[in-house]
Amino acid sequence: MRSSVKTQRNWTLLFVYIILGLFSITTLIPFLWMFLTSFKSLQEVDKPGILPHQWHKENYGEVFKQIPFSQYYLNSFLVAAWVTFLTVVTSAMSAFAFARMTWKGRDQVFLMYLATMMVPGVVTMIPNYAIIVRLHLLDSYTGLIVPASFSAFGTFLLRQFMISIPKALDEAAYLDGASPWRTFWDVIMPIAKPGLAALGILTFLGNYGSFYWPLILIKSDSLRTLPIGMLNFDGNYGRQTNLIMAAGMMSLIPPLLLFLIGQKQLLKGIQMGAVKG
Amino acid sequence: MKRRLTRLAPLPFLLPNLVGFMVFTAGPVVFSLASSFTNWNLQRPGQTSLIGTQNFTEIWGDPKFWLSFINTVYLMLGIPASIAFSLWLAILLNRKMKGNETLKALLFLPSVTSGVAIMILWKNLYNPDFGPINAAIEGFFHSVGFGNIHGPQWLSSTQNPLSLDVEKVGLAPKQFGVGARDALNLLGIWAAIGGSNMLLYLAGLANVPEDLIEAAQVDGAGKWACFRKITWPQLAPTTFFIVVMSIIGGLQGGFETARVMTNGGPSGTTTTIAYYIYNKAFEAYQIGYASAVSWLLFAIILVFTIFNWKFGQTEGTV
Repeated sequence: MRSSVKTQRNWTLLFVYIILGLFSITTLIPFLWMFLTSFKSLQEVDKPGILPHQWHKENYGEVFKQIPFSQYYLNSFLVAAWVTFLTVVTSAMSAFAFARMTWKGRDQVFLMYLATMMVPGVVTMIPNYAIIVRLHLLDSYTGLIVPASFSAFGTFLLRQFMISIPKALDEAAYLDGASPWRTFWDVIMPIAKPGLAALGILTFLGNYGSFYWPLILIKSDSLRTLPIGMLNFDGNYGRQTNLIMAAGMMSLIPPLLLFLIGQKQLLKGIQMGAVKG
Repeated sequence: MKRRLTRLAPLPFLLPNLVGFMVFTAGPVVFSLASSFTNWNLQRPGQTSLIGTQNFTEIWGDPKFWLSFINTVYLMLGIPASIAFSLWLAILLNRKMKGNETLKALLFLPSVTSGVAIMILWKNLYNPDFGPINAAIEGFFHSVGFGNIHGPQWLSSTQNPLSLDVEKVGLAPKQFGVGARDALNLLGIWAAIGGSNMLLYLAGLANVPEDLIEAAQVDGAGKWACFRKITWPQLAPTTFFIVVMSIIGGLQGGFETARVMTNGGPSGTTTTIAYYIYNKAFEAYQIGYASAVSWLLFAIILVFTIFNWKFGQTEGTV
């Protein structure tokens, strides 16, 4: 009896592994094709055959010769890093005001934050574009960074995190004569670290892949971020599938590294964002 | 003195975010609503005036808008499949087994990698003449003796299994087949199944009380019965959240794929509402009209969300 339950369990597990294996393979095949194609010669790309006849490592160097790829890399990195830093700082501060302080109109203001999260991005995109034109920030780093740095979502996420911290901690700090700033820095921020990390990773990944805003804002080649640079490379440099795949592979490295390092926090953050409170 | 200090204490914490929020979010929302009642056009500066609801009546009679609406809904047809797959994967992963974390990371890959690179990749995968997808399809048919069967034209085809017509709202039998919109739906499913929906379901499954399922199994309930009677109802809040977010995302979606992979074509079949707004605002510079469409989109999203809310409530789950 006991052993039959066990064998049944083993069969179930085998079935589970097979199905999960099939899904994983389906997920991986496009990436694998991208990897292999990035090492092929252009003539070879269109021919049947899976492995490159000869591994053309020079494809990767060729990308840098044809387009200012390192500049795109730098731009993407710089913009995403600034947006992440500003978003985390301003969201943490406002989340503190919403979660750990009582003031008149607090809940009404918070409700307004929540309400705007439902508004489609395109609604605010058009006036934001008009504002940036007015401020003469079209085609500039500032124009790329500043409008993306104040997040209602970030405030919401961190508020949810901070509100679960026991109130007794602030009260103890208050009795010790700590100012709100001290409480913020020395009591709440250390506890909120996992939340900050989650928001940081989500923001970085989101902004690194950001497409719409840079697309309408950036006109000069030297300010292009990776997605815009790749779009341009794909559209205006003829069909060079092997090179565009090499560029694609390189553009995937930073998010992959970040994911490997911060996997735990990222997954937590996504699950946390869904908890309404 | 002390009291005054505490009353102003929240301000410095709140201000940086609140100012940015007002300037780049709340203000623009109001501003955009106002401009939807104007004929603002960036190519005719200084000639902007209020025109009442004229934009909205114009949209009502604009066939391009209605076609983009149909395209948007069509591109959401993959959502149920992708949610079902996410749930299945989560159930499979929700057990003690070796390699659990690695599999999760693998399946999550499409969600971390940036959109444009992936879309350019898929554009090549779908290439009807050189791409590996048709090579695989044609290779398969060749090996079973149907050497003259060709794969679909994918991104350059207006065909669809529903036989929807292209230039006007209606049906046309010659449109029967597989085309660009189906290609984008498949891509959407591939990209989404191992993503945040799967993670949310995993979090939801962790909260399903195990003793409840064990008790049911002792009573002789089969796996499917356990799922239907216990797991599925317990997951209802998660499902509700995922459905609402997917619909909101779907209604706003399709911009990137359209811009990177198809330019909204062929014959406008992949032009979603979001891409239509982009064309109107940033290609034709009709800011007033584009604002009106974007508010209409917002209204559609609100209606869907409220509908979901009501529907979710009657299920007795929220």
